[in-house]
Amino acid sequence: MSAPQWNNKVVKWVDDRLPVISMLHHSAYEYPTPKNLSYMWNFGSLAGFVLVTMILTGIFLVMNYTPHTSMAFESVERIMRDVNHGWLIRYIHMNGASMFFICVFIHIFRGLYYGSYKAPREMLWWIGILILLAMMATAFMGYVLPWGQMSFWGATVITNLFSAFPIIGDPLVTWLWGGFSVDNPTLNRFFSLHYLMPFVILGLVVLHVWALHSVRSNNPTGVEIKTPQDSIPFHPYYTIKDLFGLGVFLIFFCAFVFFAPDYLGHPDNYIPANPLVTPPHIVPEWYFLPFYAILRSIDFTILGIPAKLLGVLAMFASIVILFVIPWLDTSKVRSSKFRPVYKWFFWLFVIDTFILGYCGAKAPDDYFMGIPGLKVIVMGQLSTLYYFVHFLVVMPLVGKLERTKPLPASISESVLKEGANA
Amino acid sequence: MSQTVHSSGDHQPDENRRDFLTLATTAVGVVGTGVALWPFVDSMNPSKDVLALASVEVNLANIAVGQAVKVMWRGKPVFIRHRTEREINEANEVALNELVDPQADDARVEKKEWLIVVGVCTHLGCIPMGTATGEARGDYDGWYCPCHGSHYDTSGRIRRGPAPKNLEVPTYTFLTDTSVRIG
Repeated sequence: MSAPQWNNKVVKWVDDRLPVISMLHHSAYEYPTPKNLSYMWNFGSLAGFVLVTMILTGIFLVMNYTPHTSMAFESVERIMRDVNHGWLIRYIHMNGASMFFICVFIHIFRGLYYGSYKAPREMLWWIGILILLAMMATAFMGYVLPWGQMSFWGATVITNLFSAFPIIGDPLVTWLWGGFSVDNPTLNRFFSLHYLMPFVILGLVVLHVWALHSVRSNNPTGVEIKTPQDSIPFHPYYTIKDLFGLGVFLIFFCAFVFFAPDYLGHPDNYIPANPLVTPPHIVPEWYFLPFYAILRSIDFTILGIPAKLLGVLAMFASIVILFVIPWLDTSKVRSSKFRPVYKWFFWLFVIDTFILGYCGAKAPDDYFMGIPGLKVIVMGQLSTLYYFVHFLVVMPLVGKLERTKPLPASISESVLKEGANA
Repeated sequence: MSQTVHSSGDHQPDENRRDFLTLATTAVGVVGTGVALWPFVDSMNPSKDVLALASVEVNLANIAVGQAVKVMWRGKPVFIRHRTEREINEANEVALNELVDPQADDARVEKKEWLIVVGVCTHLGCIPMGTATGEARGDYDGWYCPCHGSHYDTSGRIRRGPAPKNLEVPTYTFLTDTSVRIG
């Protein structure tokens, strides 16, 4: 597309020297977007909004936070009680982390359902996974900063995971801690990195959007844009749709911030960290529960590899496996709308991740949903098994065996047909 | 030296020299960058003041037979248990091949009535219960970790649960009969 002609002399002067205005015009104004995007396509921009919110609230929290073991907890309480609107800024930041994961999880499931990871969008998908990994590291380190009981023991348990690796494990953990236990050096480095990581995420988001704009958005049919009739300009059609979605999302977000700010947290984190007493139930934040369940479900040894190391490997594998699904999925059709068999497996997978989340929240010896004889650990093991079977067996096999429904000739045709049927 | 000669005989030595220079420059660059990075990586290792706090002296005179205490060493708890005759026997009676991490009780204590172990579960670093009187001590009379259910015996050895190793024995020396230096 040719560069737009600017009438304003100042704009033109700047743009001739640094075409940043043209670039923004291309990517946020005239960017040709499939005309049939559903509300499932709102969550990327929502996640971007939350990222900016997190950075802004974070910068203001730092103005009153003290990263020292003897003062961190009290400085957070001071933010809550004494700093003007400190409670609001902290509650936005605290719940913002959950909102970020909600948006990103829906965004990822959307990508899985509509085959958004398939060629030519593999790089786009990969950068997305890197963003998820960076978010997990950031959220974990941020949770340590208030220096409550869950902060301290969550940090202890998670950093200890690395001791599972043979030989390098123990020196690695000492290096991560900067001492012989989670202590002030650990808190300081986590604070430093927690401040750095959001900007790394921001850089990754720029790459993510760049990749998106070079391969174009996928859409509910999974059929590429073929003619100009298939697309509409991003502005005003999707700017207004994204803004409407943002309004709805903010109601949801604010409901937590104002009416249930601690609902998603754990009460033990309002007890100052005590290195001599472990809380009876250490539970990670909700967005880590499925991964925690996978970690815990491996309580057996295979080929002499100890359970602890296997658990750690399985947990990392559960995310790393997402990198290779563009090749594990053998189907020629992107969208599950036209995949009558795979569609059911997709929903089974969604349910599976919820079951994993439930198992992660419960003690291993509890009964699953109170069903006598069915222990949480067993259910966790079965769900972990399906998690991997879904990617390693179902995706390659169903892609080969399933008879897909006929695809519409174009996005435009599918829109007209749906309009006629309505 | 002619730049236009293309016969392989004339060209080869020059190309080799250039390859060598490129490789050597790259190698020096990579090693140099690595060396420059090391101070930053190493700055995250325990600092001198952290290392300086690495030993602690404990007075044992007030610990009665059957009692156990927690002391802080390197930011983590050390369990000191004044074992009863029965606990010592229990630790010695078990056959080594029944243990997950086989180790004789003799190899884990200096004086058999004093068991000194690092009070950190070898699974994921929680503090096992069983030191304070009245706490659950697990099925083997030692310690029980509530996080993921590991049971330790009266010698601090792992007997059941996900932990892979026995509770670590720190280096310690008895200064007198009633005082010990840990670290």
